[in-house]
Amino acid sequence: MNNIIAILKKQIKDTFKNKTVLIQFILFPVLTVIMNNTVRIDGMPMNFFVNMFAAMYVGMAPLTAVSAIIAEEKEQNTLRVLLMSNVKPYEYLLGVGSYIWLACMLGAAVMCAAGSYTLQGGLTFLGIMAAGILASLLLGAAIGTRSKTQMMAASVSVPVMMIFSFLPMLSMFNTGIAKVARFTYSQQVVLMLEQMDAQSLKPDSISIISANLLLFTVLFILSYKKCGLD
Amino acid sequence: MNRETQKSKSESTVIARELSFRFGTNQVLNHVSFEISAGEIFGLLGPSGAGKTTLIKLLTGQLKPDEGCAMLLGRDTGKLQAAEHNRIGIMMDNFGLYDRLSVYDNLSFYADIYHVSRSRIADILKNIGLYEARNTAAAKLSKGMKNRLSLARALMNDAGILFLDEPTSGLDPVTTREIHSVLEAQRKRGATIFLTTHNMYEAEALCDHVALLSRGRILEYGTPEDVRRKYNHLNRLMLTLKNGRTVSLENSSASALQIKEYLEQEAIETIHSTEPTLETVFIELTGEKLEACADRTGI
Repeated sequence: MNNIIAILKKQIKDTFKNKTVLIQFILFPVLTVIMNNTVRIDGMPMNFFVNMFAAMYVGMAPLTAVSAIIAEEKEQNTLRVLLMSNVKPYEYLLGVGSYIWLACMLGAAVMCAAGSYTLQGGLTFLGIMAAGILASLLLGAAIGTRSKTQMMAASVSVPVMMIFSFLPMLSMFNTGIAKVARFTYSQQVVLMLEQMDAQSLKPDSISIISANLLLFTVLFILSYKKCGLD
Repeated sequence: MNRETQKSKSESTVIARELSFRFGTNQVLNHVSFEISAGEIFGLLGPSGAGKTTLIKLLTGQLKPDEGCAMLLGRDTGKLQAAEHNRIGIMMDNFGLYDRLSVYDNLSFYADIYHVSRSRIADILKNIGLYEARNTAAAKLSKGMKNRLSLARALMNDAGILFLDEPTSGLDPVTTREIHSVLEAQRKRGATIFLTTHNMYEAEALCDHVALLSRGRILEYGTPEDVRRKYNHLNRLMLTLKNGRTVSLENSSASALQIKEYLEQEAIETIHSTEPTLETVFIELTGEKLEACADRTGI
């Protein structure tokens, strides 16, 4: 546990000096606050910008951040030194994963505060975001584990991130895309956030997100078994 | 420190038995064997690409040998436990520093990992000459400073065994001497040090035992004095006289009278034996210099 906390603390220090990762964490929460408070259009659904940016945030920030961090540590040889210093691979992954999850949840909390939610609604919002962020984390960790350099990680994580982030938005305009997108966790995050007003979370959505989580867990395990953290 | 005393000290801390390793078709190490006693400085000499870094990786369990076995503190290096890892300090040739973090933060992270007090950091930084740069980001350090920071990290946990991969490579003579002082202090503390180098002077100055590695094979092993003595084929004494003349004498009792005569005349400027340097021994054994062999780098 001490090693996990040490890694988490190191990552927090590093984030303040790593503008690329810092921007990913704060961009969408800041955009949400600005757009939600400045743009008013008649007939616009409640929390429109919160829901839209929340889905993009879930698809982008955790996925690119975790893959970049793992790949950078491999590239710079810091991970090898760390593992030689009696840090177990699972401790490293939990340290980095928990840091990104917490940072993203902080961003989600800002988005939640920008929206108009009751206490229960707010907690539901955070719960949905937590599941979405976890799914993205697992997928990003699978990409980072397979990549030897940041460049390699970005070449995979950016297209994957764009697919999961933009599918919900594209689904609004194209029913064909919507039929495919419904099987992705990011689309289900949007649907669940929209359904929150009706106080009903459909079992379908929960099942699809669970299936995504399971799939990404398997992908991560396969990546780890093939490449480890070397 | 008295090397004979060192040699007689306790059990072997590091053992390599018939270690072989290949990358693809490249045989990097070929049946390498040696033992390192507790508290000694062992120097592995060889040109770039000889397999030195690979050997460190095998000895620290980062790689598994294709043949043979490596033991560290009595345990197979493939099965090292937390207790053994906590007794090892490693300085690799490619630093592994967190570029965006300051010198202090790089070490404070490892202080947390090793569960040692952060108060050690200032002492180590002062010893290693980096205290003034403690707030500088690692990325902004010179190569020599990065080397020192990497060494400082290896010293954080008061390790019983230090693996140092070319600790003075590319450093100026003053910094090199400072690092040698740090290593001497570590030896006095009782640490066992395994260092790789292609600097023969470093090996002669620091090491209790050396092994000459070339193309994955150990060509010679022993104390630096023994190795040099073994290849002292001429076995003569070279006298430079004050009048500028050089006299070569047989290194035996037969020369005693003549030397006595020169001494009485106060005619001697210098006396040297003809025993070779480790560099010369290496060249004799391999036909190549210890300095970089450009066509075989990167291992």
